[in-house]
Amino acid sequence: MAKFVALTIIVIAIASAVPVVMHTWVAPADVSTHGHLIDEQMSETMLEAGAAFLAAQIILAIFIWQFSNPGPDAKIKTFPGGAKGLVIAALVLVGAEVLALGVFGVKAWADVYLTAPSADAMPVQVQAGQFAFYFRYPGPDGKFGPLHPELINEATQNLFGLDPEHDLDSRDDIVTAEMAVPVNKEIHLLMHAKDVGHSFFVRELRVQQDFVPGLDVSLHFTATRVGRYEIVCTQLCGLGHYNMKAYLDVLSEHDFNDWLKKEAAMQ
Amino acid sequence: MHDISAHAAQHQAPTSFIRKHVFSLDHKVIGKQYYALALLAALSGMVLSWMMRIHLGWTNAAIPGLQLLSKNGAPGGVITPEYYLQLMTMHGTIMVFFVLTTAPFAAFGNFFLPIQVGAEDMPFPRFNMMSFWVTFLAFIVLMSSFFLGDGPTLGGWTQYAPLNAVGGIAGPGQGLGVVLWATSIALFCIGQLLGSLNFISTTLDLRVKGMSLMRLPLSAWAWFITSCMGLTAFAVLMPACILVILDHVAGTSFFVASGLVLNDQLVPHSGGSTLLWQHLFWFFGHPEVYIAIVPGIGIVSHILMANMRKPMLSQRVIIYCMGALAVLSYMVYGHHMFVSGMNPVSALAFSFPTLVITIPATITVLIWVFSLYGSRLRINSASLFALGFISMFVSGGVSGFFLAQPSIDIMLHATYFVVGHFHMVMGVAAMFGIFAGTYFWFPKMAGRMMNETLGRVHFWLSFVGTYCIFMPFHYLGMAGNVRRYASFPEDFLKPLIPVHRWITVAALITGAAQLIFVYNLIHSRFRGKPAPDNPWEATSLEWSTATPPPWDNFGGKLPVVYHDPYQYGVQSSLGDYVMQASPEQVKTEREEK
Repeated sequence: MAKFVALTIIVIAIASAVPVVMHTWVAPADVSTHGHLIDEQMSETMLEAGAAFLAAQIILAIFIWQFSNPGPDAKIKTFPGGAKGLVIAALVLVGAEVLALGVFGVKAWADVYLTAPSADAMPVQVQAGQFAFYFRYPGPDGKFGPLHPELINEATQNLFGLDPEHDLDSRDDIVTAEMAVPVNKEIHLLMHAKDVGHSFFVRELRVQQDFVPGLDVSLHFTATRVGRYEIVCTQLCGLGHYNMKAYLDVLSEHDFNDWLKKEAAMQ
Repeated sequence: MHDISAHAAQHQAPTSFIRKHVFSLDHKVIGKQYYALALLAALSGMVLSWMMRIHLGWTNAAIPGLQLLSKNGAPGGVITPEYYLQLMTMHGTIMVFFVLTTAPFAAFGNFFLPIQVGAEDMPFPRFNMMSFWVTFLAFIVLMSSFFLGDGPTLGGWTQYAPLNAVGGIAGPGQGLGVVLWATSIALFCIGQLLGSLNFISTTLDLRVKGMSLMRLPLSAWAWFITSCMGLTAFAVLMPACILVILDHVAGTSFFVASGLVLNDQLVPHSGGSTLLWQHLFWFFGHPEVYIAIVPGIGIVSHILMANMRKPMLSQRVIIYCMGALAVLSYMVYGHHMFVSGMNPVSALAFSFPTLVITIPATITVLIWVFSLYGSRLRINSASLFALGFISMFVSGGVSGFFLAQPSIDIMLHATYFVVGHFHMVMGVAAMFGIFAGTYFWFPKMAGRMMNETLGRVHFWLSFVGTYCIFMPFHYLGMAGNVRRYASFPEDFLKPLIPVHRWITVAALITGAAQLIFVYNLIHSRFRGKPAPDNPWEATSLEWSTATPPPWDNFGGKLPVVYHDPYQYGVQSSLGDYVMQASPEQVKTEREEK
């Protein structure tokens, strides 16, 4: 019985590691300038956590195999080194791992969150509401008009609550249902929640950030590969949460300019 | 430590049925009541998870009879997206509060803490009785929300603001459903606060002569540390829930910011903070993880030593580690909020202690595993679940390394990786602790032995089954599978549906295996072999008294403690152990002390 327990633990441990080693289920390839830092951090953590996982399970199994149901003459023994050795080993090994992961992991986080966008980053505003994203581009004047929540009206397609009659800056704003950005151009994403909490997650961009109702937050990224990617909501926002998504088109500069002109003409 | 006679509970032996079995002041009856409530809640939560899993595997499948529970939520037995979220919310709430907190802490702790310290009862028996009945009322209030016209709340067990505060305009169940949820949890908090006060004062004031703090069994230490956490964590959640209720019924705006628009209507609130709820919730929420798991750490250590026939390499180190986990649990809560919109610099401040908390957890695992070395390990249902606990605790723990790092959290936050992590480490591991405790202590609680063969079958199906369910959760998360989605329509998640179907089948089989446990529990209660006073040849005080214990625990004669709690591997008149309450002087067989 005990040996069967031990074997089961080992089989489960190895079987659990196989899909990770074989990359059976992995995130899609990174298409951002900062994403490789996250991927490298993930790989390093996987290596260390995976080794700890396998070692702990296998040692547990070996001891169960070896020391269960012994004969009546079996003597009690104590592990050489005792608790002190184990505590020191844990402090040194895990402590070093904690420091390494903590210190090196900061770089990827800092790249996204602790650095300001460059001065020529292109601003795009995204508004999240039950259960759709809408996007706003500032138009030729480079300025967003102010928002008036009381003017929001889906029937008249005033999705952001703009007042172009009174606000000059709003007149050339371009509102779209899909997001497009030029490739290799830094984007400064300004995030605004209309109603409840939502989130902006694009796996390929290695970007995830919650919207905070009442508090506009921002992030910046640069997409490096032309393509069409899904934007999904990851913050439970109500019954249609599972279906709240939009598309991000990463276009060449020429295609992006054409797209923006077309969208401007439709306003 | 004080003279027990001056502090013991003063209530008399009950005579009427009501005072004996319903509104009882006896900590043992209250412990059993908590256990029964946890069992009922666990079965309810499990059935809800079955429905969710069937829906995730086969979205259009009709579940026969489900329309009877909710005509609108499951027309024709097919679960709607909103009903999926409602089932999910209730599953999480029931499991976290009414199972993982109730069973290992309130149930076992109530029954065994007074006996393990040598007391006749808790110092405040009326508070103790009230604590159970308030908790029971909380459960009834929560379950009653199933019968609302638009069903229970769909906001998840975390109930993020402002979805939880703007009212029914935000969706089904977000009006009265949220109010009932918050009322239930506030009541639950009151119950646990009363319980924690009793646990703390029992441990500090009612220890019998000779029972120094370091002679307390590790299970008693775990309940004591957990009650200290409970006292502080629930004291924060309760007012937070009251504030949510006020936002609904009194027109306040604690959690609703200005200028929000729902259905083209300006929400009539202003000036609140949505992030405030997250701070209050997770200040409770992360200690809650340890409220669920620390009792398991103590229970498993207690059971392992009785079955290894030797003490741990160091009980003292395990006590320090449980204490460190408790203290650090308050300093790490912000790792749930890395991408919430809080100041990104604070993410680093929360990340470091989250990584550091792995050190006491690792030391605990190392002490357990290397204590097995040179032991005379007895394999039975209780020790199997204790060993399974270690395996699960390791598996769930290592994934914490990923989620502790804000940069990696960008990819894994709100994915199934998180679901896999917390189910393994605070769900399954804690459940294994509950099962280990049940198989170990059932003879003392019920006076009868459980069926060992059924116990082993239950272990095998549960151990393999839970790995089949929760390991794939991690793979789904790494592939970017977002959690809390009612289905996976034609989008990037579609290729992952076969994995979900595998998990669903595994969940149905593993869930069915739990019925073996329920059968064993009920059958053994009435037909089990009569249990001797000390069937496991264990040393702590609960095994010194009669089985089942008399109403005053020790038959009017309080024990005196002469030994450390785990004197195994010695030579005594009884064999290889000596009871804590035995004055016999013994010689150790161990090579080292």
